[in-house]
Amino acid sequence: MSRPHDLRRKAAVTMDEIRPELARISRRGLISGGLSLGGLALLTGCDLSTHSGVDAALWTMMHFDDRVQAGLFSRTRLATTFPASAVTKPFRFNAFYEDWQVRETPPDWRLELSGLIGDKAPWTIAKLRALPQEAQVTRHICIEGWSQIGQWSGVPLHIFLRRIGADPRARYVAFQCFDGYSTSIDMPSALHPQTILALDFLGEPLAPEWGAPVRLRIPTKLGFKSAKNIRAIAVTNTYPGGYWEDQGYNWFSGS
Amino acid sequence: MTKTLKRPAHPLPVRIMHWIGAPTIVCMMLSGCAIYDASPSLPFTFPRWMTLGGWLAGGIAWHISAMWVLFADGIAYLLYGFASGHFRRDLFPPGPRAVIRTMAAALTGRLGHSLGHYNEVQRLLYAGVIVLIGFQVVTGFAIWKPVQLGWITDLLGGYPIARGLHLAAMIGILLFLVVHLTLVAIFPRTLVAMLAGIAAEPEAPAR
Repeated sequence: MSRPHDLRRKAAVTMDEIRPELARISRRGLISGGLSLGGLALLTGCDLSTHSGVDAALWTMMHFDDRVQAGLFSRTRLATTFPASAVTKPFRFNAFYEDWQVRETPPDWRLELSGLIGDKAPWTIAKLRALPQEAQVTRHICIEGWSQIGQWSGVPLHIFLRRIGADPRARYVAFQCFDGYSTSIDMPSALHPQTILALDFLGEPLAPEWGAPVRLRIPTKLGFKSAKNIRAIAVTNTYPGGYWEDQGYNWFSGS
Repeated sequence: MTKTLKRPAHPLPVRIMHWIGAPTIVCMMLSGCAIYDASPSLPFTFPRWMTLGGWLAGGIAWHISAMWVLFADGIAYLLYGFASGHFRRDLFPPGPRAVIRTMAAALTGRLGHSLGHYNEVQRLLYAGVIVLIGFQVVTGFAIWKPVQLGWITDLLGGYPIARGLHLAAMIGILLFLVVHLTLVAIFPRTLVAMLAGIAAEPEAPAR
């Protein structure tokens, strides 16, 4: 698939494109260093990037944990909401790259749809704004442990999915972003009333650093699941993984 | 020569559950340090040798994996402790006066140690760490599931406070470990008794 903005991206510094590779290489270095230190260091080296038996066991436990988390999930239990005065200021920027590497929305942007969806016609922002909108002030909890309260509004994802004729029995909803990011969530979480395709942040249309033109906001999952700068949504039964999930972040990551 | 009783100093189930729980808790602490280091809430980080998992995702994977082992071990231990009378007989918290008396005896070197009997300070320490680990499970639930188990998170004062309490309780368990391991180093035969089925000794009076 050719995307014209790829050309523009090549002109910019592309540190973020090689960052995962760099991280992987440095982790490998640590493991080979750790092996010489014996038993405990050998375990310390198990970080989900090797093919060792211990790493395999960790992955197995994480899949078990995913099933427990799916079992604990309730479609009606809501994340705590806060008054607008509780919003964290200044709100922290976070991505897998630095803030100066944020990309503008490509001029020909359309929200592309694929997979188990009845009407796959692409969407514009104007069309998304014409759907019912919902606002929320919720706590965004990062997998790293820090958290902050923000205010988002946009289209509840369950309304959008129904509107496009998505198969609600499908297992996954996957998100592709034009900054190279990707993630995926389970269908029950996608249909949760507080899961929204956010168009506004703090009452203003999303700025590029907050995920323009449309981002996911899902307060029932950890922050990295709230993908920014979305360009495509797919509904599928094939496990889609994601940018961080493929490197070892727990897939379900429910709150 | 020390006289011995017929019963073992530590019943087999206690020994098994101790040796499943001990390395599991160490895994929980080391992987917890790795997770903390990803975004320290206080102006310090744990040194690399105190972490497990190599990076955040590895730390979480270890934490999640050890969590389920500890959960099963802990439930089994609680059931056993209540059903067998182990808690009532060995760990039931003593009154404050007995603790002070025993503590004074210990600090002046007049406290005997006999395998299979828990003095007042030990009772306080072991009962205390069991409660602390229980509290750690509660704070862990609060930050693992702040929506699905949000009532626990709310009860503890919200997510950021629950996260702070989780760290504080971990440091409490770490302090227990330091005292516990120091005492084991002073009385090495307690380590043998926790490993092998050594017979209990008659209770030694304070010297």
